[in-house]
Amino acid sequence: MSNRVIKTLKRFAAVALFAPALAMAAGAVLHLDKAPVSTEPAALQSGAKIFVNYCMNCHNASFARYNTLTQIGLTEQEIRDNLMFTGERVGDLMKVSASPAEQKAWFGATPPDLTLIARQRASEFGSGADWLYTYLRQFYRDPNRPTGWNNVVFENVGMPHVLWELQGEQVAKVTNNADGTKSIALELAKPGKLSAQEYDKSVADLVSFLVWMGEPVAEKRKTIGIVVLIFLAGLFVLALALKKNYWKDIH
Amino acid sequence: MTTKSQELLNWIDERFPLTSTWKAHLSEYYAPKNFNFWYFFGSLALLVLVLQIVTGIFLVMHYKPDASLNASGIPVAFASVEYIMREVPGGWLIRYLHSTGASAFFVVVYLHMFRGLLYGSYRKPRELIWIFGTLIFLALMAEAFMGYLLPWGQMSFWGAQVIVNLFSAIPVIGPDLSLVIRGDFVVSDATLNRFFSFHVIAVPLVLIGLVLAHIVALHEVGSNNPDGVEIKKKKDANGIPLDGIPFHPYYSVKDIVGVVGFLIFFSAIVFFAPEGGGYFLEYNNFIPADPLKTPLHIAPVWYFTPFYSVLRAITYPLFGIDAKFWGVVGMGASVVVIAFLPWLDRSPVKSIRYKGGLFKAILAVFIVAFFILGYLGVLPPTPGRTLVAQICSVIYFGFFLAMPWYSKLDKCKPEPERVTFK
Repeated sequence: MSNRVIKTLKRFAAVALFAPALAMAAGAVLHLDKAPVSTEPAALQSGAKIFVNYCMNCHNASFARYNTLTQIGLTEQEIRDNLMFTGERVGDLMKVSASPAEQKAWFGATPPDLTLIARQRASEFGSGADWLYTYLRQFYRDPNRPTGWNNVVFENVGMPHVLWELQGEQVAKVTNNADGTKSIALELAKPGKLSAQEYDKSVADLVSFLVWMGEPVAEKRKTIGIVVLIFLAGLFVLALALKKNYWKDIH
Repeated sequence: MTTKSQELLNWIDERFPLTSTWKAHLSEYYAPKNFNFWYFFGSLALLVLVLQIVTGIFLVMHYKPDASLNASGIPVAFASVEYIMREVPGGWLIRYLHSTGASAFFVVVYLHMFRGLLYGSYRKPRELIWIFGTLIFLALMAEAFMGYLLPWGQMSFWGAQVIVNLFSAIPVIGPDLSLVIRGDFVVSDATLNRFFSFHVIAVPLVLIGLVLAHIVALHEVGSNNPDGVEIKKKKDANGIPLDGIPFHPYYSVKDIVGVVGFLIFFSAIVFFAPEGGGYFLEYNNFIPADPLKTPLHIAPVWYFTPFYSVLRAITYPLFGIDAKFWGVVGMGASVVVIAFLPWLDRSPVKSIRYKGGLFKAILAVFIVAFFILGYLGVLPPTPGRTLVAQICSVIYFGFFLAMPWYSKLDKCKPEPERVTFK
C-alpha cells in the first residue's frame, strides 16, 4: 500500500511545483524603458545641474548636503558658483526655501523629498532608475488636468511637466484594446529646445544623479566589497588547511 | 604553563568554575565525529546573534525613536536612519550588516531547524532542547517584527498596523490588547517607543537566556548526529564515547571554516546587494511612514511569509467569531505545532538515513508546500492564490498532525550500532 501512497505523493509534489506559475497569473503590468545609468562624473554633474535648476524649486533633497557633491568631482567653489542660488552655506542640507506646511497650502500636497526617490521607485517591473527615466519622458498634454499635463507611467500625477521647455509638448493617442486595457502612444506635437536624443540624454543624466544621491556610498561599497571577498577567500583556504591538519588523526 | 599563570588559574578555580566549565563545554565535551554540512548552522546562528547585538549597540548610538516631523517634514526616526547611512562614519556598513543580519538570522535558523527535522534531533532525550529552540524561534520573530518598525518607513508602519490589528480580532480582550500593544489607537510615536524598548532590551535578554538554556540542555544530553544513534552507548575504558571527539579543538577549527564560508556569502550580499532584491530591504520602506497613505500592497518581510500565508488562508468564520481571529489562531498554531514534534514522531529510527520512502515523500511535499506558502505570502491575494494557500496550509498541518500514523507505517531500515564515518 505504501508504494501507491508514495507514488501519489510524488505526483502531487510535481503538480505543486507548478503552483507558483498559477499563482503568478494576472496583475497590472508597467512597461518601463531601461535607464542608461552612468557613474561618470560628467553625467552626474550635468544631472546635478538639472536637478538644482528644475527639481529643487519644489522638491527637497533633505538628507543630502551641498558639499556631498564634492564626491562627484566638484569643488566647493564650483558648487557655490553654479548650484547654490539663495545664500545657503555649502554644508547646508539641500532644501527648498518654502516649508512643508506652506507647500501643502499652495499645492494641495507637499512635493515628496527626492533624496531616496531612485530607491523608492524600484519594483518588480524594473529599477527605480528605469521608472524615473520612463516617467520623465512620458508627460503629455491633457486639458482635463488642472496642470494641463498627464503622464503615462503615473496617471493623473500632481506634478506638471517641469522639463517641457526642453522636451516640447507631447500629445497622447489612446487606443482601447479588446481586453479592456488602454494603450497610449505619445507624439511630439511641439518640439522643445532639445532634440529627442538630447532630451533623453539629459533625463539619463538626471536619473544617474538621482541614483547616486540615493546612496552616495554605493560605488565605494562595491570597491570595499571586492577587497573583503578576496581577504575572506584567502582566510577560507587557511581555515580549511587548519581544519584538515587537526582532523588528520580522526578515523 | 608557567607556574605563575598556573597559580593564577588555581586562584580563580578556587573561586569560580573556570577550568571545569571550559572542560565541560569545550575541551571535554564529546561530540559525534560524523557531523556534516548541516551542523554548521547552530554555531552560525550564534555568530549572527553576536553580530546583531554588536551592530545594534552602534546603531542605538545614532538612531532616534521619534515619530515627530523634522523641519523638512520627515519623521525624525526615518531621518536618523538616513543620517546613519550618509553621515555617520561607517554607518552604512553597520546598518547594512544589521539589516542583512536579520535575514541571515532566519536563513541559518531555518536551516538549523531543518537539520533537526532531517536527523530527528528533537527525539528523546532532546525534547527540551527542541522546546527551547522553538521558543528562540518565537522570540526571534518578535524581535524581527519590532525591529522592522524602527526605520519608520511605509512598510514598517503599515506592516505593524496590519499585524497589531490582528490582535483586536481576539474575542473579549482583543481591542484592549491591541491598544496596550500600540499604546495608542493607531500605530504612533508611542508604538515606536515601546517597540524600540522591546527590540533593544527586553527581547534580546530573553533571547540570550533561551540560547543559554538551549546550549546547556544540549551539553547535558549530548549532540545527536546524522545517523541518529546515541554515541554514549559505546564508551571506552575511560568512559569516553568511542565515536566522540572533543568539541575543542576539532569542532572549533571546523566551525571556523563554516564561519568564513558563511561570511563570504553574507559579505557578497552586504556589499553588492544589500537590498536583497527588495526582499531584505523592501523598496517601499525607503518612503517615510505616512499614516494617511495606505500602500496598495502590504507585504511582510520574506521570513514571515509562510506563516502569514497560513493566516490569510483561513477565510471562514467559525462559532460566530470572525475569520480573522481563526487566521491568527492558525498562524500561532503553525509555529507552536513545531514544539510538539518530539511526541508526534513515532518512527523506530531518528535519522532520515534509515527512514523509509513514505516519510521522505511526505517530507518532500511538506517542503514544497512550505516554499509555496512563503512565495504566496509576498503576493497580494487572489481567489486562486488563496485556494493554493489553503491546500498548502492543510499539507503543512497534515505533515505534523498525521505524523504519529505515517511515521509508524513507514518501512524503516535498521540503524547501525556505531556512526558511519569515512
